[in-house]
Amino acid sequence: MGAPNLPMEKIVEKKPYFKYLRLNKMPTIWCPGCGIGQAFRATCMALDELGISNDQVAMVSGIGCSSRTPGYFDGFTLHTTHGRAPAFATGLKLARPELTTILFTGDGDALAIGGNHFIHAARRNIDLTVILINNWIYGMTGGQVSPTTPEGAYATTTPYGNYEPQFDIAKLAIAAGATYVARGTAYHAMELKKLIKDGIKHKGFSLIEVLSPCTIVYGRKNRMSFEEMYFWFKENTLPVKAWEKLPEEKRAGKIPRGLLYHDDSRPEYTEVYWSKVKALSGGEK
Amino acid sequence: MAAKGVVVVKEDWCKGCNICAAVCPTQVLKLDKVKAIMTVAYPEKCIGCKQCEMICPDFCIYVFTPEEYEEIASA
Amino acid sequence: MAKLELKYGNHACAEAAVLAGCRFYAGYPITPSSEIAEKMAELLPKKGGVFIQMEDEIAAMGATVGGSFAGLKAMTATSGPGFSLKQENLGYAFMVEAPCVVVNVQRGGPSTGLPTQVGQQEIMQSLWGTHGDKMIPVFYPGNVQEIMEETIRAFNWAERLRTPVVLLLDEVLGHMRETVDMEQFEEGKVEIWDRKMPKVPPEEYLPYKPEEDGVPAIAPYGTPGYRGHATGLHHDYTGFPTTDPEMCQELIERLINKVKSRQKELERNEAYKLDDAEVAIVAFGTTARAAKTAVDLAREKGIKAGLLRVITIWPSPEETLYELAKSVKAILVPELNMGQYVLEVERCAKGEAPVYRLNRANGKIIYPHEILAKIEEIVKGGK
Repeated sequence: MGAPNLPMEKIVEKKPYFKYLRLNKMPTIWCPGCGIGQAFRATCMALDELGISNDQVAMVSGIGCSSRTPGYFDGFTLHTTHGRAPAFATGLKLARPELTTILFTGDGDALAIGGNHFIHAARRNIDLTVILINNWIYGMTGGQVSPTTPEGAYATTTPYGNYEPQFDIAKLAIAAGATYVARGTAYHAMELKKLIKDGIKHKGFSLIEVLSPCTIVYGRKNRMSFEEMYFWFKENTLPVKAWEKLPEEKRAGKIPRGLLYHDDSRPEYTEVYWSKVKALSGGEK
Repeated sequence: MAAKGVVVVKEDWCKGCNICAAVCPTQVLKLDKVKAIMTVAYPEKCIGCKQCEMICPDFCIYVFTPEEYEEIASA
Repeated sequence: MAKLELKYGNHACAEAAVLAGCRFYAGYPITPSSEIAEKMAELLPKKGGVFIQMEDEIAAMGATVGGSFAGLKAMTATSGPGFSLKQENLGYAFMVEAPCVVVNVQRGGPSTGLPTQVGQQEIMQSLWGTHGDKMIPVFYPGNVQEIMEETIRAFNWAERLRTPVVLLLDEVLGHMRETVDMEQFEEGKVEIWDRKMPKVPPEEYLPYKPEEDGVPAIAPYGTPGYRGHATGLHHDYTGFPTTDPEMCQELIERLINKVKSRQKELERNEAYKLDDAEVAIVAFGTTARAAKTAVDLAREKGIKAGLLRVITIWPSPEETLYELAKSVKAILVPELNMGQYVLEVERCAKGEAPVYRLNRANGKIIYPHEILAKIEEIVKGGK
């Protein structure tokens, strides 16, 4: 029996998070099985659950596969230059603090070319929600090694295996001053939605690292099927509470998921700035 | 046993990645390898868990309750 | 009645920006432009505006575009190496039509060069620095009063044409104290242009569809209903990426023509004793000040010299330069680089008059007597 086919508008009625999609731009440009889609859906669902309307959201990105997300998001979207999204977003958020500002970025975009902007946005604790798709590779340019490529893995620029150590994104963000740091995966969709939702709610710099399979480029180079990549996340990650209970020697190769760091005590940058302005200007804007 | 969910695939968005079928606990789905499109092979087995919908990277597989489906299909 | 105030060049630039309505400044410290950022840090919070010192030059340009997209009049300022770093995002601003003003207080280059000394080495870079084709207005004032005028003019054109505008200064101008007549800058006397807003309802809104003047009306981000997408990729009227060859060609031609077609409106020069001149100097910024004195010195010696001080550097005053070349026997282009604008003057002169150069790239200004000596040499040369 074939699948029943329904018109899109009927489906949208029952799936309220579809209101955030630019349906006429779909399907996306991403490869089959790419995990950016799950992170994008989780973001849309989180926004819907939080009751934030399209007109209240700005989405900013740099360059790369993940940075194409804003094109499919029906809000105020800015697709900027490679690595610079946090800089553009800082300007936009400072000028329009009322906008919920979400960044979609990747491991190359945020940690290599944009590393400086990333850590400084975290240091300021400006209220940006950064969704960092960590797929261990430069996908859009065809599979070059990235700052998070695992040691030994193959990329087009590491034909003999990668010999550089990986960035630990969460530790980097915490050290830089981020006040909400979480890690999810494309496989654990419901958990990811909650992590993103809490990140958006958090007043301050939020980082949600999303372990995501680059099915076509990384998968092919490293001889992993689509399904294998997804199940790798299932088998090699575990909730942070469970991870903490593991004895030191059993932690090797296991990645903790969930909320890794949360600090509500630090002031948020735009609030600090605008309260200063208010005091200096007597409320003039 | 009656299905607890009705699975719908939006074929023109499906890229045939097979992830939904891989996570389905009751093997409702089957990939049409020629067209590279997911098909609902055994709809009666659906337990309505929505895992396929949640894992689909392309927003193209939906699970409705039978009541929901009835409502929108007859509208 | 004149209201005279002694003003520091870089501070005058900052004050004029605020007068023009600038409410967003993102910067990064670099000599000799830092005083602009310092002044903005003092002025903007009191005006309810945004000042932020970013982590680097690239970020400062990026944040400026972000502020501009939020609807604020935005500016950043820098010098040589910082201007190089800003180029990618300057190109982005051009592509997505984000109004902003980028000030470059020129110092000696290349590389770190001579940070505390004067240069005019970004005449070409100011237009051609970023990759890809572009045309943006570039203004270069010659005194502190004019720094204020040109800063306001830069904002006005940036907003009207939805384009980045580069304001060139140089170390001498930026660090010069000079009397400014503030009367023309009094409340209500300054002509301010604002960017246009969409006139159509949200459902008909196409952010990148140009209106009759070639400029689209893009709503500030956050305007309810007027959601849109901006990308540095070639895009169509909706703002979304396209590779359609006709659309891509149309886009780039429009972006260039919206500035180039207004060359006459944008043109601003000062003609000094050119009416009967036989030798014309074409100069700008600090060098034009020495050139003016050189004209007077030459006239004392019976040489009919004159000066065309170019203020709108780009788009260049092609016709004016051509007419000038036809009316004189020789043109001299003194500049604090190894020969940049002289190429443009040669192009525009179309061989109607020989074009001579006087170049320097050692951090020192060209003195009037040196220009005079060059004029005498040209005259003696027989032409």
